[in-house]
Amino acid sequence: MKYRAEITTQLKEGMLDPEGDTIQRALMHLGYDVSGVHTAKKLLIELEADSADDATKMLDEMCQKLLANPVIHNYSIKIQ
Amino acid sequence: MKFAIIRFGGSNCDLDVYHILSDVLGVPTDLVWYKDSIDRYDGVVIPGGFSYGDYLRAGSIAASTRIMESVKGLADDGKPVIGICNGFQILVESGLLPGALRTNVYPKFCCKWADLRVENTDTAFTSKFRKGEVVRMPIAHKEGNFFADDATLSDLNSHHQVVFRYVDRGGDVVPAANPNGSVENIAGIVNESGNVLGMMPHPERASEPILGSADGRKVFESMIEYALQG
Repeated sequence: MKYRAEITTQLKEGMLDPEGDTIQRALMHLGYDVSGVHTAKKLLIELEADSADDATKMLDEMCQKLLANPVIHNYSIKIQ
Repeated sequence: MKFAIIRFGGSNCDLDVYHILSDVLGVPTDLVWYKDSIDRYDGVVIPGGFSYGDYLRAGSIAASTRIMESVKGLADDGKPVIGICNGFQILVESGLLPGALRTNVYPKFCCKWADLRVENTDTAFTSKFRKGEVVRMPIAHKEGNFFADDATLSDLNSHHQVVFRYVDRGGDVVPAANPNGSVENIAGIVNESGNVLGMMPHPERASEPILGSADGRKVFESMIEYALQG
């Protein structure tokens, strides 16, 4: 079966996000009262697997090995 | 004795390190493409640059290449392995060193001289320094903001694995001397056995007086001495 997955990696809560902070400041300069901006990276992955469970398992491995850095990131996997 | 400088797509400090090791210090050194073997070498340098365009995270793609398995093998055999700048990022991404390197607190490429205090001289790369000595080397990075959780940090400190800290000219660890937001002003760390060093500052850009500082040369001189004793 062919699956499409959406992986989102994001800095763990409380981890400094200088890019998000800079964007927040820029929005505030434009007059928007924004209380927080957090950046995340989204990866759209197409893959073959026997089942959705197998696909999730493989994607989780990919996140652990390469796509996320478990020291500083949380990640989520959505299968379509 | 022979050293290898590993080249990934996007490495760009490889020739600077080669110049210091080969021309200045006279050590047989090869530039080795990442698809080739490093098994017969006595020490490895992973130079700075922007391997694979810093895609995904700085160092992450290079860290997943097969040659890093060989680097782990050499490190386990006690051979000296040094990662400079992007090389440090590759070492933490591949798990050879603990922690992570995040985007600088001020999220811009930062290129300037840094004063560093030598915290541990009992490693493969710092035996030629004096403990507490303040040395100058340049930094040039956007992702050099070292992070480790509290447990890892306490391990690093209790095993004397922090080798360089950013300090002021007087040698004090102060926030103003921290160029990137690294926890506890950490600029470089070693593994527990002291034969794998990762550092953000560039010793190869400070190894001849004409460059403004020759302090970095001691990193390579220490590495050579360590390898000779090997």
